[in-house]
Parts: sequence; structure tokens; C-alpha cells
Amino acid sequence: MSMTRPAPPTATALGLIGCHVCGLVCQSHEVGRVGACPRCGASLHRRRPDSLARTWALLIAAVILYLPANIVPVMRTVSLFSSTDNTILSGIVELWRVGSPDLAAIVFFASIMVPVLKFIALGWLLISVQRRHAHWPQRQRSRLYRLVENMGYWSMLDVFVVTLLTGAVQLAPFAQVVPLPGIIWFALVVVLTMLASMSFDPRLIWDRGSAMDGKRDD
Amino acid sequence: MTDANPPQAPSGPGGDLPEPVAIRRHRWTISLIWLVPLIAALIGVSLVVTAWLSAGPQIVISFQTAQGLTAGKTEVKYKNVVIGKVHRIDLSQDRTKVLVTVDLEKKAEGFATVGSRFWVVRPRIGLGGISGLGTLFSGAYIGADTGGSDEEQTRFNGLETPPPLTHSESGRSFLLTSDDLGSLDIGSPVYYRRIQVGRVVAYHLNKDGAGVTVQVFVKAPADRFVTTDTRFWNASGVDVSLGAGGLKVNTESLATVISGGIAFLAPAGDAPASSAPADARFRLFDDKTSAMRPPDGPPVALQMHFHQSVRGLKAGAPVDFLGIDLGKVTSVTLDFDPKTKHFPADVTAVIYPDRIGKANQRFEKRTGNTNPGALLGILVKHGLRAQLRTGNLLTGQLYVALDFFPKAPKVAYDPKLKPLVVPTMQGTFGRMQQQLADIVDKVHKIPFDQIGLRLDDNLGKLDAVLGQLHTKVMPEATSTLRQAKQTLGAAGKTMHVANHALSNDSPLMQNLDQTLVELRRAARSLRVLASYLSLHPESLLRGRRNDAPSVPPGTHSPTSPPTRSQP
Repeated sequence: MSMTRPAPPTATALGLIGCHVCGLVCQSHEVGRVGACPRCGASLHRRRPDSLARTWALLIAAVILYLPANIVPVMRTVSLFSSTDNTILSGIVELWRVGSPDLAAIVFFASIMVPVLKFIALGWLLISVQRRHAHWPQRQRSRLYRLVENMGYWSMLDVFVVTLLTGAVQLAPFAQVVPLPGIIWFALVVVLTMLASMSFDPRLIWDRGSAMDGKRDD
Repeated sequence: MTDANPPQAPSGPGGDLPEPVAIRRHRWTISLIWLVPLIAALIGVSLVVTAWLSAGPQIVISFQTAQGLTAGKTEVKYKNVVIGKVHRIDLSQDRTKVLVTVDLEKKAEGFATVGSRFWVVRPRIGLGGISGLGTLFSGAYIGADTGGSDEEQTRFNGLETPPPLTHSESGRSFLLTSDDLGSLDIGSPVYYRRIQVGRVVAYHLNKDGAGVTVQVFVKAPADRFVTTDTRFWNASGVDVSLGAGGLKVNTESLATVISGGIAFLAPAGDAPASSAPADARFRLFDDKTSAMRPPDGPPVALQMHFHQSVRGLKAGAPVDFLGIDLGKVTSVTLDFDPKTKHFPADVTAVIYPDRIGKANQRFEKRTGNTNPGALLGILVKHGLRAQLRTGNLLTGQLYVALDFFPKAPKVAYDPKLKPLVVPTMQGTFGRMQQQLADIVDKVHKIPFDQIGLRLDDNLGKLDAVLGQLHTKVMPEATSTLRQAKQTLGAAGKTMHVANHALSNDSPLMQNLDQTLVELRRAARSLRVLASYLSLHPESLLRGRRNDAPSVPPGTHSPTSPPTRSQP
């Protein structure tokens, strides 16, 4: 029934607020900090507090850490006579060269493509929300957000690979895998992007007009 | 819900809402979350800074080949500690070399200085041993050695072989000059009393191309045994000597037999000399014997003109003076004498007067003349001559002997000539040859043809004479002989008659016998008479008395009485 209308009324406009923990709907016309849920005691808020700022901060931090994560080697492979340090990218190249293009593609997708796509997607979402480009397809943006959130976990694949190899390959003089600082930066990148996407409030996509201005800028 | 739509826009009931405290609190929370990217940025900056601080200088090393080197992988090691990594491998502009760009680590800054050396460590198998075996599996790496200098340098020429010694080794290096390298090579061992104490580290041709300079490095404890009068010799090969004690095979070590080596020792009995300074120059002798010989002193060049064939005389042949090896022949060439139209052999030799020993010193002491030409002048005046002698009858090898010939004709001698010209004597063998030649010459001069002709003529005449003899003389001789035979027959008959006449029963013989008997009787009678007379000398006057014994009984014979008539 409301498909043809430009936008349905928001809970804010109706003076309603829902608890994110227990789902209780309360009535409140206050702006800003509303208070605690009368049923479960969780703090109530209309939108995630400081969503944009937090997302931006975490995203920027992730982007910054993404550089050392890719430059610093993540893993050292020690064989009987040689020792090789591999960054993520050189590991992929190595995999491709020794004849596992499928594995290389998976690692490339999970470790390089996913983080980069997340940066771009989140950045775009943030910018679009800030600029209130309502004419940009909101539904697609929403879908993109869900994709980003679900996809994010897969980036930990590389971290797990290094962790498992380190545990499994410890045949001291013949073969050994040692984790290097790069993997910590990479894990931090993954964690930060996940936190960033979690702190992003997708409802902001649907907010538009001056009604939200005051609350968001507060 | 649907009813609340219309008052959407003007719903801001701006009554009593401003809450400045809340805004302040809000701003504070905003700034807290921004710490996260700040920390991330700090981490990033710190990483960049540490990377920048730990980055050492970048150097370029040129190699002949990039075999075994991989950009981004090959490491640079010093004492097996990684000090850098190959960054890039390029070809040089003229494509003759490979330029390897190496990122050195910060701690290895000291390697980007003058004197540092770089080489590629690959598996190597040599006579001295096997090295770099580990690189068989790990791949080649670049070895490095510091030069100990502080002057910076970023372009290096890589060595093709590992340097035989590293900078940190203590010891001294010395320079040895030799005629040729022999079987020495970089890395060849240096022995002192058969203990390996050093190595050959370099060699190069002298600038004029005449000779080789070999640089050896003697390690620290042993380098003080290298004194100013130490002798170095080439210990390559086997020294086989056959003496009164039997066969002796002498070699430094088995490795030197194949790959060569150098040994050194100070001559025994000498006063301890001072330690030699680093990079001191020594002569590299061919063997221990020549090394241990007292020093030869300055050489003196000699020149000799031999008027005979010098076949068998070669450069290097000894110059012998009363059995002492004084020096050696350096060249044998032919000269041309336009006056006599002869080709005298022009032999130059070098002798070491100090090898004579005391004689030379004594002469110098007495005359105060150190010019070797003067001594030689005196010797030449006393008949010293050079002579070619056969050293080996089988091979015909010649040597130059300096010997005294008191009867040698006097010759002019100039002690100031260089080289000194020593008068020569025909060699014993050569002289014999000439005498033989003279004999043959004389024999050749005998006119055998004419002699033969005349002999033939005479023989013809003799034949004629013999023919005459045969035809004329022989018949006469035959008749003469026949006559002689007849004469002899007659003589035989005469003899027969004579014989007959003289036989026992012949009348002549019987007559003779009777005559002799008569004669015997007569002799006896005479004797009786004589004895009678001696007893009775008065009988001569008075005659015989009757009482007198007539005759002794033994002598009474029929023939004895008739001697009365005899007196």
C-alpha cells in the first residue's frame, strides 16, 4: 500500500522508539539520548550513536593499516637451506606459479578483493549518506551494505591459513612456518572493517530531508 | 501512522530545547573514536620510519654473469650473516656485464665503502677442497668482505672467485718475484716447516712483462718468521735425489705435487735478521737448493767468440770454473767476421763472481778493486781461457769451461768492456777433431792416382822381366844344374874312392897301423934308453954294463929292443 508513496513516516516522526535488545517499542519525543528501556534496561537510541563518525574513523584506520598489512611480510617459510618471507601478494604469486591457480584465486579474492571492496563500498555508503543523495538507489545501497557485512568474515581466511600453517608445520630443521608482523596488521584491518560495517547504521540510507539533520549532527 | 504524515516538516516545535552540555558531551565521544585511526596512522608512520631508518645504502655490483642470482631473493652475506638483498639485476650499457643492485641493511653501511669486495658463492670443487656446498640447495648468494675503509663507494666490481683471505685475518702479505708462475694459483698454500701458514692471494704480470709478481699472505703467528733474509722457493712438484743414502723423494705435501705451493725458510746459521715489513719483496727460487745457496751477488756478463761449431751448446748451459758452476750461457748466436770470412759463434753468458767464494773476496780485499773485470784480467793474463767441452758424450751437450792454459798465446784484454770479452781456446774435442782433420787432409794430399799408375807400369815391366827370365834364364839354369849334378856325381865317386881307401881293411890303413906300432915301439925303446941314460950317464962313454937290467917286465914287447941305434 505504501509502495507508491515517496516515503513512509519514520518512527521518529511518530515519537516512537524501539529497543534494539528486546524489541520493546516505547513512546518518546525526546531528541538525542533517550534513556533506558523500561523492560530490559538497555539504552535506547533512535539511530546508532555517532554512526557516521565511528564508521569513518574505523574505516580510515583500516585503510591506513591495510598498507603495512600488504607491504610487510606475513609469513616466513624456512626450509633446510633457505628461508623465504612472503607478503600476501607474493604468496598469491607463489601459489599461482607453483601450479595452484584455484587456490591463488581464492586467496586473492578473500585477502585482496574483499577488503578493497569493503573500503570502497563503505566509503561510498558513508559519502552518499552524508551528502543525502536520496536519488541514489537506496534499495541497492541497502543490499550492498548487507553484502559487505556478510562478506567481511571471509577476509580472515588468510589469517587462519597462516595460523594453521604455523601450528602444523614445525619440523624444525627441515621445514618451518613462522608468522610475521604483517599478519597482525592484516587481522587488524579485517577486524576494523568489520567493526566499521557494524557501526554503520543502514537506516541512515533511508533517512532524508531535514527531519534527521538535527539528530545526526548532534 | 498514516495520520502523522502531514505535520512532518513543521514538526520542530522550537520551545525550550537547547542543551549545551549534551553537545559538549557529544563532541567528547566523537573525538574518542577518532583515536582509532590516529593510532593506526601512528602505527603506519612508525612502520615507515623504522623501515626508512633500517634501510641501508643501495650499491651496484657488476658481475660477469648473473648465474644463480635472483632479484628480490638472493641475499648478501658476511660471515653467513645476511646484510642485504639483491634488489634488481640489469645489464650494463655495453652489455658486457651484469649490474646487480643490492639493498644493504642499515647495520651493513660499512660495506658500502672503498675496499669492500663482493663475490658470488656457488658450489666450487677445486684441488684445495670443496666450498659453497650449502648453496647447492639454497641457491647462490653474494659473499661480502669489508675493506676497512671509511670512504663511501656505491659501485663495485664483483670478484669472480672468492678472495682467498678476508679482511679480518691478521698477518702480512709479501711480494715474490719470479720468472714465471709455475703451477701456482690463487689459493695455493704457503708452507713453513711443512705447516701451512698462508696462501697465494694474487699474482700479476710485471709491467714490462718480464716476470711475475706473486702476492702471498702469511697468517699472524707465522708471519714473524719471515725475516729480511728469508728465502722463498717453489715447493711444487717432487724432488727426487739419489745419494749415498739411497733414493730420497722429497715433497712439501701431496697437494703441492698437484696444485703447487710455496715454502719459505731462513737459511740456517745466519744471525737472526729483523722481521720483514709487510709487502716486502723477495725472490721466488725454483727449488730449495737454489734458495738456500748463498746469494749470488751481482751478475757479470761475459762474451766469448768460439771459432768452432757450437752444436750442443744451449742457453742455460753451465759455465764451469775449475768444477764450480759459476753461471750460465744466456745466448748463442753467430757473428760474421768480414776479414776472415768466418762465422764465429758469439756466446754470451752471465756469471756470478761471488760463487767463487773466498777467492773473489780475497782479491777484492788485496787490491781494493771491486771491478770484476780486473780480476778476470789477471786471470786471463795467467792463461784463463774459455773452452767448449762435452758434458755428455751421448747427447753431445756442451758446456763452457773456464780453465787455465799456461801455454796459451797472449791476447789483448780490456777490463772496461761490457760485456767482458773472454778469449777462447779450441776445445779438446774440437782440437782432436782438427787434428784428425789435418791427418785426413794430409792423407788426402797423397797422389794415390799417380802412385797407382806408376805401380801399374812397374808391374807391367816386372811381368816382362819375369817373362824374359822364364824364356832365357831358365834353360841355362837347367843345363847349369845338370852340369852341377854331373860334377857332384864325380865328386861322389871321388869321395867313394877316398872312403874305400880309408876303410879299416884297406892296405893303406894296415900300413898305417903297422907304422904306428913301429912308432910306438920306437918310442918305448927311446924311453928305456932315456931312463937308462939318466941312471947310467957314464954308459955314454963306457958302454953298457952287463949286470944292468935290460928292460922292465911290463914294457917288454917285441918291438922294444931295437932302440940302440937311435941315439
